Amino acid sequence: MKKKKAYPYLLIGPAILFMLVFVIYPMFYLGYISLTNWNLINPTKKFVGFNNYITLFHREEFYKSLFNTCTYTFFTVISIMVIALLLAVWFNRNTKFDTFGQMAIFTPHIIALVSVAMVWLWLMDPDAGLLNYILKVFGFPPSKWLQSSKTSMMSIIIVSVWKSVGYYTLIILAALQSIPKDIYEAADLDNAPKIRQFFKITLPMISPQLFFLLIVMTIDSFKVFETVRVMTSGGPNFSTNVLVYYIYDNAFINMKLGYAAAAGMVLLVIIGLITIVYFKLLAKKVHYQ
Amino acid sequence: MNNKKALRIVKKTPEYLLKTLVILVFIFPFYWMLSTAFKTYAEAIATPPTLWPADLIIENFAKAWNSGPFLTYTKNSVIVTLSVIVIQYIIMVPAAYGFARFNFRGKNLLFAIVLIAFMMPGQIVFIPVYLMLAKWDLLKTLLPQILPFAANAFGIFLLRQYFMQVPEEIIEAAKLDNAKEHQIMFKIMMPMAKSAMMTVALFSFISRWNDYFWPLVMTNDESLRPLTVGIAMLKDAEGIVNWHVIMAGNTILVIPIILIYIFASRQIVKAFVYSGIK
Repeated sequence: MKKKKAYPYLLIGPAILFMLVFVIYPMFYLGYISLTNWNLINPTKKFVGFNNYITLFHREEFYKSLFNTCTYTFFTVISIMVIALLLAVWFNRNTKFDTFGQMAIFTPHIIALVSVAMVWLWLMDPDAGLLNYILKVFGFPPSKWLQSSKTSMMSIIIVSVWKSVGYYTLIILAALQSIPKDIYEAADLDNAPKIRQFFKITLPMISPQLFFLLIVMTIDSFKVFETVRVMTSGGPNFSTNVLVYYIYDNAFINMKLGYAAAAGMVLLVIIGLITIVYFKLLAKKVHYQ
Repeated sequence: MNNKKALRIVKKTPEYLLKTLVILVFIFPFYWMLSTAFKTYAEAIATPPTLWPADLIIENFAKAWNSGPFLTYTKNSVIVTLSVIVIQYIIMVPAAYGFARFNFRGKNLLFAIVLIAFMMPGQIVFIPVYLMLAKWDLLKTLLPQILPFAANAFGIFLLRQYFMQVPEEIIEAAKLDNAKEHQIMFKIMMPMAKSAMMTVALFSFISRWNDYFWPLVMTNDESLRPLTVGIAMLKDAEGIVNWHVIMAGNTILVIPIILIYIFASRQIVKAFVYSGIK
């Protein structure tokens, strides 16, 4: 009997141990590091209280990277949501052609972001890139894409949307297919036009799922790093320097770990708050069912 | 009858054309990568660009491969990816089984830890984890790319759900036959959750193989870097003009994933969609 009681803990123990070591403890450790002047060049570390935070909140650069992250998140999330919704409704048929279309749209999602970023860097090359050639063919002026601070953020957003939109399209498709068919049949009998059906039936039926996706997308956008690192390194002129890049840059390029950890705590708080909203809603949804 | 069918096809044509265009938007960049990888430098930057390479140049691949220790990069990618998948299984299956089949004190708290691990991005914890691993003197090994992924929260969720669906009668029958708990776990539960196990493996394979952020911050040494980091450095080594070589390098990275996708596209789509719905 005694052995039986310990059994479930033995089963779960290793998993929990790894999670405590690599997720839970590091969260607190991050908080501690943010209160020191730890850097990678000088092995001494001193407790400096909230100095790093005071510096952080007085740095224009930090606000700029926070602002860039918010801009990026705002436009990425809205674009993905609208395009994914349109594609999902449009490709929502069980024909071979539509299924192939779904697979094709999804492809970028499983390809390494490094490669996606480099392929688009090549497509967006101002001199020899294909995009400027296409613009020229259609009589538009060429763009500087990533090399001008006016268009760099837009270019990054295009790449992110292109990479993830297929993923969200498929999730929305799964939601669409869970709507009972007879609702549409009833609407068809009433001769309700398709557009009206979309706004009066489809959208309300899947709006809870869409709201969850909105939160997932927002969290995901706040973590943006790889595209920026490969395509612009935060430039030109800081125009694409986002929060995670700022943390990385300060930690491993400037070697100021304490300061970077303080910025990391800001990210932790932001993502933590969004996550709490997520679970509050999840609990509510379960409750109503 | 035939006329009607023909009419329908004609009516549908604009829609199909438009859909084809959308599909091209998502597929063509990969074709362009492949096509550039086989071109000479002059052809790669020529205006107007050529859709199909004039001669298929294979030297680009050799050039990309020899620009750094690519054999080591590939080896590291393979070792890290496979070890993560194996270790994840060893840890995840018992944990999912424990959560699915037992009630015990502190279960909710422990499950909350799994939830937090599920939501916590590496972009937040990388500084403390790096310092921990440095203190343990592990930075000169591949373990920093393996250990933090040993416990797969997503896999535990998924398997737990499958395990809970196994009918109680089957387990009771096994118990009457004096089956031990671990026998129930390995001989009854695991075979019934085969598709979920496959899903987790595919998911882990793709996310580890493709990851760039984590190995970038965890490695200082060429001999420890995976393909993603090596190929990103190709850009600096080759200079931003040698697109034909850079694209050849990326083709090497992308091809295994594309091949797996062609053979298991349904499984992969299911895996990712599930991870999004939860």
